[in-house]
Amino acid sequence: MKIRWFNTLPVIIFIALLLCLWLGLGRDTNLLPSALLEKPMPVFTLPDLNNQPLSEKQWQGKVALVNIWATWCLPCRTEHPILLKLAEQGVTIYGLNYKDDYQDALLWLNQRGNPYQSVARDVGGLVAIDWGVYGVPETFVIDKKGNIRYRLVGILTEEAWQKQLKPLMDTLQEE
Amino acid sequence: MKFIYHLFFLMTLFTSVVAQAAVEDEYPFDTPTQQAQFMRLSGQLRCLVCQNQSLADSDATLAQDLRQQMYVRVKEGQSDQDILHYFTERYGQFVLYTPPVQENTYLLWGLPLFLFLAAVVIIGRHVVRRKTL
Repeated sequence: MKIRWFNTLPVIIFIALLLCLWLGLGRDTNLLPSALLEKPMPVFTLPDLNNQPLSEKQWQGKVALVNIWATWCLPCRTEHPILLKLAEQGVTIYGLNYKDDYQDALLWLNQRGNPYQSVARDVGGLVAIDWGVYGVPETFVIDKKGNIRYRLVGILTEEAWQKQLKPLMDTLQEE
Repeated sequence: MKFIYHLFFLMTLFTSVVAQAAVEDEYPFDTPTQQAQFMRLSGQLRCLVCQNQSLADSDATLAQDLRQQMYVRVKEGQSDQDILHYFTERYGQFVLYTPPVQENTYLLWGLPLFLFLAAVVIIGRHVVRRKTL
């Protein structure tokens, strides 16, 4: 009996579907790539920890991390020691303090240590929206020109640093 | 017993009216057109925190902030396109429940049509062959 090509079509479609579903397994759909990749940092002017105006221009010039954090954010507690360690190693980290209380933020940094070169206080949360932030913590990698090159959603773990951020930042240094 | 059913029915009716009124109180508009635009757009956008809820449905603080941004923009009289652009610029096309037809979505939009046509051809050939037998 001759097998016609279109008789095998359902089987092919079924296998293709299985393959698609298989590839989808283990993918975390909560992690979104940034819409701002390869684009400059959003323009902003916010008060810093001394209530002095701070703009994105002051974050330009170096390959750096921009970390979105808040004292009310539980995962940030886990992340903080890792940021401190990186800062000690000479990594430039800027902070965007998201929808937080000024005094709480000061207390947090005094008690736990301050890994940030400077902190912009986004009390209203609008600048974070410009960055496309949808949860805390999030960490962006910016290049020397101030372009966004990577976004990490969730805790910056030792593993994420070694596997993703560090290699990227090393290559960005060469640019 | 019937009385209880009626009472229950009235209560559910009442709560939905209250919910609708709450939305209108929270986001008062000058014109019904703007009101309609706001309701329409907030139903078309995804809440990023709880991804299977629309901006209109979600109580997440981020959704509230984004609704506020939409409210301000609708009041300013911005077009649907401008407002949707504000969101896609920041959050990518993932925020849209209806993805636009473009290069990387041709497969998505085209596949159902292709499968339908393929089915028509296959069934058609089948039918024709049976008739000629």
